Parts: sequence; C-alpha cells; structure tokens
Amino acid sequence: MKKNHLVILGAVGLLLVFAVGGYFYKQQRSEKTQKMAKQAESPLSRSYAQTLGPDDAKVVIVEFFDPGCETCRMFAQPVKDLLEAYPGKVRLVKRYAPFHHGADKVVQILEAARLQGNYWETLQLLFDGQHRWADHHSPNPDMVWQLVASLGLDMERLRRDANDPKILAIVQQDIADAQALGVHKTPGFFVNGKTMSSFGLEQLQALVADEVSAQY
Amino acid sequence: MADASDRVDTSWALLFACWLLVTAASLGSLFFSEVMELPPCTLCWYQRIFMFPLPIVLFMGLFPFDAKAVRYALPLAVGGLAVAAYHMLLHVGVIPESISPCSQGISCKTKYLDLLGFISIPLLSLLAFSTVVALLLVLRKKLSR
Repeated sequence: MKKNHLVILGAVGLLLVFAVGGYFYKQQRSEKTQKMAKQAESPLSRSYAQTLGPDDAKVVIVEFFDPGCETCRMFAQPVKDLLEAYPGKVRLVKRYAPFHHGADKVVQILEAARLQGNYWETLQLLFDGQHRWADHHSPNPDMVWQLVASLGLDMERLRRDANDPKILAIVQQDIADAQALGVHKTPGFFVNGKTMSSFGLEQLQALVADEVSAQY
Repeated sequence: MADASDRVDTSWALLFACWLLVTAASLGSLFFSEVMELPPCTLCWYQRIFMFPLPIVLFMGLFPFDAKAVRYALPLAVGGLAVAAYHMLLHVGVIPESISPCSQGISCKTKYLDLLGFISIPLLSLLAFSTVVALLLVLRKKLSR
C-alpha cells in the first residue's frame, strides 16, 4: 500500500470513530435523561425542587442555574415567558448548579427564603442586584444578607434556616445531580430530558415548541 | 508509481505508528472535553499542550520522510510524559493534592472515567506518552545506525 493511502486511511478511520462514537454517546445520554425525566425521583426529577406552572403539564423544563451567573439572569424572564406562551402546558423546575465560588451560600439563603414563601421575589432580587454582590465572579454572601433585608422577611429565622441540614442536603444533592447529568455550565436546560443541540435562547424556545407539539 | 520514496520501510512505519497513536490520543482527548463535556483540569491542559502539536509535527515528517521529525517530536513527548507521570502519582494518591497546582477550579484528582475499575484518563495519557516516547527512541536508535 502507498504511504499516502495509509495516512489517509488512518486519518479517515480515526475521524470516523470520533464522529460515530460521539453520535452514539449523545444518543445514549439523551435516552438516559429522557427516561429519568419520566421517573418520579431521579437526578432529573427531585420532588423537593421549586417549580412554576401546573403539576400536570406534559412539558417540563428543568433548569440548573447559579444565582451568580449572568447568563442565568438573562434567561430568567424569557424562560418564564415560555410558560405564558403555552398556558397550562409547561412547567419549570429550578435546580441548583452553584459553580461560582461561594454561590452555594447564596443558594442556601434563597432556599431559606423559600420556606417563608418568598422564593421568586428573592430570586428576582438576587438577579437584580447580581452586579453588586457577584461582581468579578466572586459572590459576597454578606452583601446578599444586606440585600434580602429589604424583603421584610423574618431575618432571624432566615439565618437559622439557611444553615439547616435539610437545606444543605438539597444543595449537595443538586450539585451531585448536576455532575451526574453532565451539567458543567450554567444555565443547563433539559426539556422532558432532552437537551439543546447547541446553546441559545432560540434553541431552547424551539425545543420547547417541539415538545409542546409532540405532547399535545 | 513505485519509486523508492513510495515504499514503506521500517523507519517510516515506526513514524507512521507514532503519528497514528498521537492522532488517536488527541482526538480521544477532544472526545472527553467536547463530546462528553468533561472539563480538563490544569494538569490535563499541560499534557494537551504537549500532545496536540505531535500529530502535526509527525505528519510533516512523513511526507517526505524526515528523520529530523524525531528530534522535534521527542522533547514534546518527554515533556508530556513527565506531566502525565506527575498527574498519575497525584491521581493514585502518592502525592497529596495540597501541593498540586490545581487546588482551585477543577481538581486534578476528580475521577471521571473508570473502565474495568482501573482505566482512568491520566492512565490513558500516561500510556500514550510512554508508548510514543518508546517508539521514538527505537526509531532514533535505528536512524543513528
């Protein structure tokens, strides 16, 4: 065999293995997460998670986010708009992937506020004030305490709850689930267990539209 | 076309084997990061810096066959082997992580892959670098004769 034929054969062979391997890997992972999405308890569905929208909605968006992540802030409203675009058909599940150093402490405060029925207001406040408390990618939990003081919550209880072992367990479970699901960047979205082929708001909207027409 | 430069001899075959190996290793590394989306740790990045030029350098040595390619590839392969060896020692716990350069960000001790109970990504890297160093040394010896 000629030398150049050998090299071409080698290169094409290796690239083919890469492409075919990649295709099957993604296929297999997608099947796994779609199965998880149908289960009551799995890394993709945790009954403790905060949700928005009707429980019987057939399209479920699971979002792994970090309150200190700018892209997560930018996605917050458009994702809520998706629920309005398909009334009664879409549910949003909020999960945590606090990748920024110290963001887990902020998540604990958010979960503590949730116990006082103030989840969405607190989240909005965190996103609105993000440029101050999460400046330069190093969240400052002390500044977050000042921020949430304006919500009129029972601050003493909030401080107690924020370090409650139950809340710590939720945060740890979410971090472990994010790792298990291969979420390494935030926000990470799953729509009925399916992921976007490439990241973007339009891709997410298209994926939700596809799932709505498939389910209804 | 059957002139001398077109015939596969042992030296060319050895260099070709090296090229095949480092190309497979580079693509494998890209598979972990781009397809499986496993973030590479600092030590992985140093190994990639040594590995990624190798397919190109060795390819240039294949057409036409250039013995100098060994001279250019060997330092890269040895450098990669040194980092891979260090990473392996860290991975199995011989070196405590506190003295590693990657205490922040992604830990170099995070075990992502575990095939058959012992095949990890640092082990694959160590195998690839040591094999290519061995092959290049054999080729160097052969060419110096």
